[in-house]
Amino acid sequence: MFGVAKKLRRNGVLGLNERNTDFILRLNPRRLFPRVDDKTITKKLALDAGMAVPDLYGVIAHHAKVRKFADIVSERESFVIKPAQGSGGAGILVVTGRSKYKRDSFRLANGMLISENEIRHHISNIVGGQYSLSGNRDKALIEYCVRFDPTFSEVSYQGVPDIRVVVYRGYPAMAMVRLPTRASDGKANLHLGAVGAGVDISSGKTLTGVLYDTVVSEHPDTGALVAGLKIPRWDFILESAARGYDVTGLGYLGVDMVIDRDRGPLILEMNARPGLNIQIANGTGIASRIARIEEIYDATATPEERAAIARREFPADSPRAN
Amino acid sequence: MKQRYVYLLAALLAAIGLSAFFYKWQVLGFPLTEDRETPVWTIESAVSFDSGPGTIKVQLQVPTLTPGFRMLNENSVSRGYSFSLNYGSGGREAQWAIRRADGEQTIYYRISVYEDDSVDQWDITPPFPPLPVINEPMKTAVDVLVDDVYDHSADTASFTTELLRRMNDPSPDPNVELLLSGVDSGAGFLEIMTTMLAAARIPARIVRGFHLAGRQRSAQLVPWLEVHDGDQWLYFNPVTGEQALPKRFLVWWRGNESLVNVEGGSNVAVEFAIRENHVDALAIAEKQAAKRGSIALDLSLYSLPIQTQAVYSVLLMIPIGALVMVFMRTFIGIDAFGTFMPVLIALAFRETKLFWGVILFTMLVALGLMIRFMLDRLRLLLVPRLSAVLIVVVALMLFISLMSHRLGLETGLSVALFPMVIIAMTIERMSVVWEERGAAVALREGLGSLFVAIVAYIFMGMAWLEHLIFTFPEMLLIILAIVVLAGRYTGYRLTELRRFKELSAD
Repeated sequence: MFGVAKKLRRNGVLGLNERNTDFILRLNPRRLFPRVDDKTITKKLALDAGMAVPDLYGVIAHHAKVRKFADIVSERESFVIKPAQGSGGAGILVVTGRSKYKRDSFRLANGMLISENEIRHHISNIVGGQYSLSGNRDKALIEYCVRFDPTFSEVSYQGVPDIRVVVYRGYPAMAMVRLPTRASDGKANLHLGAVGAGVDISSGKTLTGVLYDTVVSEHPDTGALVAGLKIPRWDFILESAARGYDVTGLGYLGVDMVIDRDRGPLILEMNARPGLNIQIANGTGIASRIARIEEIYDATATPEERAAIARREFPADSPRAN
Repeated sequence: MKQRYVYLLAALLAAIGLSAFFYKWQVLGFPLTEDRETPVWTIESAVSFDSGPGTIKVQLQVPTLTPGFRMLNENSVSRGYSFSLNYGSGGREAQWAIRRADGEQTIYYRISVYEDDSVDQWDITPPFPPLPVINEPMKTAVDVLVDDVYDHSADTASFTTELLRRMNDPSPDPNVELLLSGVDSGAGFLEIMTTMLAAARIPARIVRGFHLAGRQRSAQLVPWLEVHDGDQWLYFNPVTGEQALPKRFLVWWRGNESLVNVEGGSNVAVEFAIRENHVDALAIAEKQAAKRGSIALDLSLYSLPIQTQAVYSVLLMIPIGALVMVFMRTFIGIDAFGTFMPVLIALAFRETKLFWGVILFTMLVALGLMIRFMLDRLRLLLVPRLSAVLIVVVALMLFISLMSHRLGLETGLSVALFPMVIIAMTIERMSVVWEERGAAVALREGLGSLFVAIVAYIFMGMAWLEHLIFTFPEMLLIILAIVVLAGRYTGYRLTELRRFKELSAD
């Protein structure tokens, strides 16, 4: 037992307790949390910093405004409804289109039809705080539905794959792609059963994947190989992630991005408590990279410089034998 | 930097808690275990005499310094007499006085003592005794004997032992025979001994006391020899010469004063009776603390009304439950609903007992979940829905109680003790997790909660632990110290070793 712990320690694997005490409590001051926990604030900050985010169609903050929903989306065929303070992908509704015959009937990403009334109820639940972290009242965001880039079409089952970059004090430390599966209901959340694939920071190429806590090499639904995909505009993605630090001030940050077919990489959200499965996806511990960043930390470096340093410093370890 | 403050704080808390604990345990004698009883001896001396016509004054020697024993209390029963305790030449004296009395009188003095090894002999160093005035031919016999024994000994102790050996010799030499010719009692023998020790310039005195063993209706005072070697008093068995105070020997008084002295009375007799009973060690400790005016007593939970005590004996176990929770979360990594829900469930288990507690809890949550899923179709808003679940939980509790009562299972009635709001929240959380993360995760967390609750219940139900915390509430500081330290634990959780097993390759 202690032998395993020792090996993990040597391989630089970060545990939950260490993440919480040494990184989140130390580097992420509580007062900055709203910047990432409330997606309306995140979006505004990112826009102010000139970063690319999905367009916001509207925000519903009161039960009384729920009926405005139809007006907000009247011009839209597809959109996403999400709680501003949701976590772990809960409460997100992806509408990909409308019924051909009834304008007030919507088609979800998984193909099911849903009525306007049902959507309104869902928005009411969001506003009532069902999906918010604290259980308090919340806001519902209605925004642009990303049409995902074909890069990952072979290794995704419905939904939108996203890219998670963990940024330590402004330096991208580790990255992975999260690929939706049938089990995850098209959502890119690992605990729902999405596949996470590690990404080589230097080249932007995917490594092998992880499903729950085990390593997989193929996507469970499509059977395509997960490894070896080249992520487009990787430089821009790393720079955006590095810039996330300047925007939020959070020293231990997870930046989630998607690649839109037309608009390129967009920042979806940021996370002050990024999970640790990214280590399994990459087959290596993050603690050793964090230690390296502490050594080379330079407070004056620009996001571009930090992204470049990360590319230089963190090439993928020798490919895992499997 | 911060790490150091944490260690400092934890050390400080632990130090305060431990020192208060040790003080109460070692100095005040608060018992570590609940059922510890200490034997307490009550010695009753009854002085009886026929009253004379005038004023009556009674003096009785009572225990002053009692090595190995501590006094619990003392009192006197004497109708119409004034009573006072004074210091006389031989130690404490109880004094009674009355202007007039008729007929046979009996005065009681009662003292209760218990064993306490920490009570040492504390006494003044006596001056060298003056050379005794002895008439011939005794004087020659004493001088010869003392000179001879002096040659055959090295120090006070060996002198005394040697002297006692010769005096007790079954075939004594002529000098000893001469000295002992008029002696017919143990006390008389000791008087000769002290005279001879005085002739050798060794301070000595007679000690009288009791062997405390069980119940004795008329206990006999046993004389013992006490000799001062310049540093301390040494005890000698006057018959064997053995240098020791017998086990459980209560010293009643010292010196040559007579035990009782009655002015204005005749036919004086003193009877001693000894009774042994067992008293809760806690009661003794409290008396002790009270006698010292210790603040520990004012802060003791035992000074609260009994009902409040009962509440606190339960409440004080909650930190133990919280500690279990900390271990489960931080060191093992078991997922559970809510931070303290398992602790509250464990609290309810105290009343229902484990088996029924688990059954009732499972039943309640399962039924509640079923109804919660039905409510889901109604698409209710959050707060009304939570309230609906709460009402359903109350109704379910009522239903379970009624059913079990009809079936003659009275344990089912205790379902009412479950914290219903907490259970309603649990059901709500569980159903949300069920929907969002799947049945497997919901059930795993549900079982995790139940498991933590069971472990917390086992710890919170330990009677000795409960007693310990209740008697020594300063233990809370120690628990706090542990929790603070755990809050800075950065090692892996036990479950993470499995989770990251892919990364543990060499």
